[in-house]
Amino acid sequence: MSGYTVDRQWVILLPICQASFYKNLPLAQACLSRACVISDTGSPDLRLDTRLSLETPEGATLPLIPAGIGARIMAFVVDFLIRSGISLIFFLSFALMGYFGTGMFLIILFLLEWFYPVYFEVWRHGVTPGKKSLGLRVINDDGTPITFGPSLLRNLLRVADFLPFMYLFGVVTSVVNPQFKRLGDLAAGTLVVYDAKPLTMANFEVKGRRNVPADFTTDEQRALLMFAERSNRLTPERQQELASILAPLLHTHDPVVAIKQMANTMVGRQ
Amino acid sequence: MKQGQFEAIHQSTWKKFSDLLNELEAEKNTPSAEALTQFAALYRKICHLHGLTRDRHYSSYLVDYLGDLVIRGHQQLYQRKQPLLPLFLRFLVSDFPQLVRQEQRYIWFATGLLYLPTLLMFLLVLWQPDLVYTVINPGAVDNLENMYDPANRTLGSARESATNWHMFGFYISNNIGVAFRTFASGLIFAIGSIFFLIYNGFHFGAAAGHLTHVQFTETFFTFVIGHCSFELTAIVIAGAAGIKLGYALLHPGNQTRLDALKRAAAIAIRLMYGVIIMLVIAAFIEAFWSSNNVLQPGQKYIAGSVLWALVIAYFMLSGRRNKSP
Repeated sequence: MSGYTVDRQWVILLPICQASFYKNLPLAQACLSRACVISDTGSPDLRLDTRLSLETPEGATLPLIPAGIGARIMAFVVDFLIRSGISLIFFLSFALMGYFGTGMFLIILFLLEWFYPVYFEVWRHGVTPGKKSLGLRVINDDGTPITFGPSLLRNLLRVADFLPFMYLFGVVTSVVNPQFKRLGDLAAGTLVVYDAKPLTMANFEVKGRRNVPADFTTDEQRALLMFAERSNRLTPERQQELASILAPLLHTHDPVVAIKQMANTMVGRQ
Repeated sequence: MKQGQFEAIHQSTWKKFSDLLNELEAEKNTPSAEALTQFAALYRKICHLHGLTRDRHYSSYLVDYLGDLVIRGHQQLYQRKQPLLPLFLRFLVSDFPQLVRQEQRYIWFATGLLYLPTLLMFLLVLWQPDLVYTVINPGAVDNLENMYDPANRTLGSARESATNWHMFGFYISNNIGVAFRTFASGLIFAIGSIFFLIYNGFHFGAAAGHLTHVQFTETFFTFVIGHCSFELTAIVIAGAAGIKLGYALLHPGNQTRLDALKRAAAIAIRLMYGVIIMLVIAAFIEAFWSSNNVLQPGQKYIAGSVLWALVIAYFMLSGRRNKSP
């Protein structure tokens, strides 16, 4: 699912770069107004993706990436399959035990339905097996680890998210909300974020370094790096097409190589 | 300062912090006391470095690397280890009844929403017995009659103990599920909670009215008297908690709707802890005691009344003297 955020970032970045390079002010302004948020410094800031900055008591800003609806639905499906699997195992083993078994099975079914997510969120640091498989984590929206109350609340309110059928309210709410919160998250003050991926040394298949132009912001650098990281999933033609947008700025005949060399510089490899 | 210089100077700091984090997250070998005393200082340092790298537009790679360390450090530092048992006991003895008294506006409202329809339907069915079919379908009415028909009654324990366990499981999953739904659907502007309260009231009233009409009163009321004090009160509290959520959205006062909702929800969920506890007790009584026919009806009524008195006294009196924060 990480491809989704990258795509989106790149798509939003492109017109902004384009517009500013060609001094197309109306378009640049249009892009700005679309992506404008008040950043933690209080000044308008370009927001290229859904990255969220939270200020902590230490004065640091926590960079959090809220997880979108797609990843969350997939995590839910994985959890649902696991829960069904566990229920089936219990069903088969309790089936031999008559009424007593049925009673126990009903209790286990109840616990799995309501408390399976709560258990993992509270005692496994906000990560259910399904969320783990997609690299997601639930936290309080002030960045602290989730506790019992908010966890139970967000999982009970699943019922409201489910209404009127098939999680329609939840889906609509989280698509509309800039942090992809469903109703339960809104009430409980919780947030599903991407876990920090272990930073791997990506191989950009290009030798040499190149300095990043000094006026590139951190977000723009990030976009360059992400382009280099995902380039092995793009055809050479598509790489050319995307990178050529930056060509006027880079003064080079091969912008793809130039961007990858900048990426080399950023991660500190030769 | 160039990024290269910066990295050369501070690399050891973030290396140390990242090692410490790895140890803490693994949870197997707790780090030494000295390492722990360094944690806060290191964390502040990392926060500072992260801010510097952002401010100086160092490469996004370094910014994101330090950003991840800040998040992980924040998660470790602000972890809350709560002593569960003392909290649980305190909740039972003082916090829960205090909370119920504090929110009694909602509780009384929900009480009315459950019991007035109950009474209304009970009287209506006594007056026009066929009205029972407007709320309960004919098949379910037959079931009810079978369940409480004195002719089917056996002396002693009415069911085998294995059946009791079956019913216990059923009451747990069904009743607590109903309470959860009554609560959660209140988020939709309180509509869901109000609907479920009234619906349950009608249903209960119709069943009671019908069974009174066919004169199965003794079997029915001796069965329900034991657990209804806990069960009905819990449903009322669940409904009240749901209405509180919805009311916060409808009438947020001086706050934004979202803030009002968050505050209301933090209180409402604590009411739900109590609801869960009460319904487990109710399910236990209902499965293992209510079905027991060894006791005379008179004894059952007395025991049931004592339980009602207990529940009411608990909410009125418990936690009164405890003025702790």
